[in-house]
Amino acid sequence: MALSNVVETPASGFNFENVSRNVALEGLLEGGHTKAPKPMKTGTTIAGVVCKDGVVLGADTRATSGEVVADKMCAKIHYISPNMYCCGAGTAADTEKTTDLLSSNLTIFSMNSGRNPRVVMAVNILQDMLFRYRGQIGASLILGGVDCTGNHLYTVGPYGSIDNVPYLAMGSGDLAALGILEDRFKPNMELEEAKELVRDAIHSGIMSDLGSGNNIDICVITKQGVDYIRPYQESEYKDKRQRRYKYRPGTTSILTEKIVPLELEVVQETVQRMDTA
Amino acid sequence: MFAQVYGDNGKMKEYHYSGPVEHRFSPYSFNGGTVLAVAGEDFAIVASDTRLSEGYSIHSRDSPKCYKLTNTTVIGCSGFHGDCLTLTKIIDARLKMYKHSNNKSMTSGAIAAMLSTILYGRRFFPYYVYNIIGGLDEEGKGAVYSFDPVGSYQRDTYKAGGSASAMLQPLLDNQIGFKNMEGVQHLPLNQEKAVQLVKDVFISAAERDVYTGDALRICIVTKEGIKEETVPLRKD
Repeated sequence: MALSNVVETPASGFNFENVSRNVALEGLLEGGHTKAPKPMKTGTTIAGVVCKDGVVLGADTRATSGEVVADKMCAKIHYISPNMYCCGAGTAADTEKTTDLLSSNLTIFSMNSGRNPRVVMAVNILQDMLFRYRGQIGASLILGGVDCTGNHLYTVGPYGSIDNVPYLAMGSGDLAALGILEDRFKPNMELEEAKELVRDAIHSGIMSDLGSGNNIDICVITKQGVDYIRPYQESEYKDKRQRRYKYRPGTTSILTEKIVPLELEVVQETVQRMDTA
Repeated sequence: MFAQVYGDNGKMKEYHYSGPVEHRFSPYSFNGGTVLAVAGEDFAIVASDTRLSEGYSIHSRDSPKCYKLTNTTVIGCSGFHGDCLTLTKIIDARLKMYKHSNNKSMTSGAIAAMLSTILYGRRFFPYYVYNIIGGLDEEGKGAVYSFDPVGSYQRDTYKAGGSASAMLQPLLDNQIGFKNMEGVQHLPLNQEKAVQLVKDVFISAAERDVYTGDALRICIVTKEGIKEETVPLRKD
């Protein structure tokens, strides 16, 4: 006999019960001139290039929520496995959770089979999941990695489409970045040249696209290992405010004060020296 | 596939299938930009950024939004650029007509009243413009008049309008109006401190608002005339 407190496994896919509630709320909110909260999108420029020794991935660091910059230093290059990293554009929560899920799955696979995962496997898992959700997960991903079969760069779209290409850009600044990549990409480039190319592509996205900005992150994946340079280049625009805007204590008036003494007895005391060298 | 990513006005579309969609032509478009005006004892400052944008793209990095009307008045207009241009042309023409009929320049207060009637004349197909007039009144004191798109206006000491107005207005309320502060001396604002404050406030707005940036154009109105200053801002 089933116990009454056993949790039911939820039905697969999305639960759309709240859609009608949201529509009703939106109607009420619009009448009161307030808007429903917008999900944070990464409105981004991400790019990837395959070079002679490995794969170079790059991304900007601005996350926008509508027209406001929500995060000036957000990390868009996500860890998948020791030999694979993934850049994500689209809805921030979707890219983070999807790449996290992929990373966990691949770790379990590595432990089960004793092998490093291949890039094609990661791509197939991503494609399978995004297609199953019919585009409701708004994540455009660039997956790059080095495995026993070589250096690979793939893109996975939100509806589940994939593409295997030597150079790539995604996000709202993709057209600007692609212009630079189309102009200067050559097959089998040297590592330093590839890093400069990706940096220039992201920089062009940052300048031309309002959804991208701030700093540039670069991730270099080679057979020897991974070099995650964050930030590769800091934005040259530092805020140079002329006056200092500090407030004296007491500027905010205290209306009431209530002090609750906490009676504690010392049970154990340990001293740890800080290394202030 | 990528052509479907961008909707009508260049913004990225939401990723879900919503059934057949009827596309309607919208006569308006939002070109971004922030305007700010501060009135002092014997001066007025009107400042605006110079970025003209649409969707996620930049049309121009050098399109200031303050326009000189007379020797004692400057207007800042942000919103839909097409309407800003037409509105300033209409105001210029009306100023000329007034000068020819009355043999004197319009005062700031008169320009404000006239603009209110011009805007309300288009009550049912409004000019999509957020206006702020800054200048000197008849006594030589600083005056700021702020408008909504259909002509409602009032005289203020300071006002921010445009895309970053919601971020700037509380900061001005605190620094110029001394709101939400206790035990602080209410020092009157002098011209140098006001200009520094305006520059700092725009630097902050450019950090967090994507539509504000590139450069800042400051017009300082005193009885000697109108002085212009340009300061660079974030370009990303």
